[in-house]
Amino acid sequence: MKRFFGFIKKEFFHIFRDKRTMLILFGMPIIQILLFGYVVTNEIKDAEIAILDLSKDDISQEITNKLSSSGYFQIKKVLHSHTEIEDVLKSGIIKEVVVFEADFAKKIEREGIANIQLIADASDANTANLIVNYTKGIISNYAISLRKDVEMPLQIEPEIRMFYNEELKGAFMFVPGTMALILMLISAMMTSISIAREKELGTMEVLLVSPLRPFQIIIGKVSPYIAMAFVNAVVIIAMGVFVFNMPVLGSISLLMLESLLFIVMALALGIFISTVSNSQQVAMFISLFALLLPTMLLSGFIFPIENMPLVLQWLSSIIPPKYFIIIIKNVMLKGTGISFVWKETLVLLGMTVFFILLSVKKFKVRLE
Amino acid sequence: MTKKFGSFTANDNLNFEVGKGEIFGFLGANGAGKTTSIKILCGLSVPTSGEIEVAGYDVYKQAEIIKKNIGYMSQKFSLYEDLTVWENIRFYAGIYGMPIKTIKSKATILLKRLELEHARNKLIASLPLGWKQKLAFSIAIFHEPSIVFLDEPTGGVDPITRRQFWDMIYEAANKDITVFVTTHYMDEAEYCHRISIMVDGRIEAIDTPANLKKQFETDSIENVFIKLARQSNFKG
Repeated sequence: MKRFFGFIKKEFFHIFRDKRTMLILFGMPIIQILLFGYVVTNEIKDAEIAILDLSKDDISQEITNKLSSSGYFQIKKVLHSHTEIEDVLKSGIIKEVVVFEADFAKKIEREGIANIQLIADASDANTANLIVNYTKGIISNYAISLRKDVEMPLQIEPEIRMFYNEELKGAFMFVPGTMALILMLISAMMTSISIAREKELGTMEVLLVSPLRPFQIIIGKVSPYIAMAFVNAVVIIAMGVFVFNMPVLGSISLLMLESLLFIVMALALGIFISTVSNSQQVAMFISLFALLLPTMLLSGFIFPIENMPLVLQWLSSIIPPKYFIIIIKNVMLKGTGISFVWKETLVLLGMTVFFILLSVKKFKVRLE
Repeated sequence: MTKKFGSFTANDNLNFEVGKGEIFGFLGANGAGKTTSIKILCGLSVPTSGEIEVAGYDVYKQAEIIKKNIGYMSQKFSLYEDLTVWENIRFYAGIYGMPIKTIKSKATILLKRLELEHARNKLIASLPLGWKQKLAFSIAIFHEPSIVFLDEPTGGVDPITRRQFWDMIYEAANKDITVFVTTHYMDEAEYCHRISIMVDGRIEAIDTPANLKKQFETDSIENVFIKLARQSNFKG
């Protein structure tokens, strides 16, 4: 046991003395979560728009007020003629121009119809779509309220509620995904690199010749990373809660246990990668291409799995982070217990056992 | 001892004995099967067939006891560059289960003898190659094994340091540690008590350097080696 602690101590020296490792372990999680939470977001908040009001009447004024008080838009400029539109859009600050035609209120009174023109900067097509839709929503809400006094024959108005994420906050999507990504990176990539480094330096041979048993070597190599990854899991959840106001409705201990399970799974995967690679570079490239890209693209982190072609959907079901993300979302946002996520938990457990057995087998083959 | 990889025979019926405290040189061209044999003797590889004892213990049944009684140093010197001299000593001695008190007192004596006292808390990365090599050897025999395996220990080291390194090997042999060494340098072969020359997985010659020179009617081990290697080429 004392030998084993000496081994772990050595491993911590490796981690703490390498600036790059430290940066990946502690800098990256925080930067990533802030990036995904704030920058890479698909929600609209204070989008900068301009108003060209050729009518300047009560109704156009009221709609303008509704837009600016919605929280989605910030009226950055008031324009006076059509010629200005292109300039402000080109400047890139203004994402959308709302144009009220002349005699707006009068037309509504007389003809019951008036026009608003929405001109959006579609160089970022997704954002343009979102902004236009939000604007349309606000305007049609107002239009309905105008008609209230008029008797309408039959009106069906769907009232929409987005359960578990009422405000459609992007951070709620990104926190579980980022967590999966970071834990995968730290556990699988860092361990596979650190084991490959021992092989590269020739120290692995010396360790294998020593009385230490192979499984002691492996456990000694990975246990510091379990601790590091777990600290990261806690940091990410804490940031989700305190920075992005993400709720944790389910049991925290369940959340932690599931995270631990995912970490161990990723470590087993990392050990497996290290058994098939003889240098740090190979280990890194395998980790990047086989783990990070699928985690980003196929796990449901960024793109919804339901919208993928069928083949990719099949592929996504062999990607461990998919299950972890489902579990985390369930526990954090819906507050469900193990009875709802036992299937996913079982899949992760199965994958863990599978990778451990596979690496043990590989390790033995290498010894012979 | 025989080791086969599929249809390829890496070690073909090797048969040899090495005495206690002997310096045994294991020579052969690249690919002759030296590394395979060392791996089997160290327990890194399992032989296909044969009866093998290391330090008096059976390779098949007593592998764990053997591991406690051998030391190993490869051509890469295998020290951790990001740990200090003392941390390396403590780590390697620690995995052999030596108590910390013993490690401390032995390390102090060792560093004094190597004239490395000032470098005790320096990172290995900052040491010159020759020092790393001497330190690696000292660490390989720090737990007082009965046999130490040296796999091309002098690669890339200058002649003076090589000379000093061989002094250390003699010192170890005087303490009854058996030294099993592979090398490419034929002048080093002359330092060994006994040498064996491997060609194509077989031991073609095994004797003291003096007897081999007599047997092959030449004045240096280098010529013995070349004669044997030629035979192999003619056959091939």
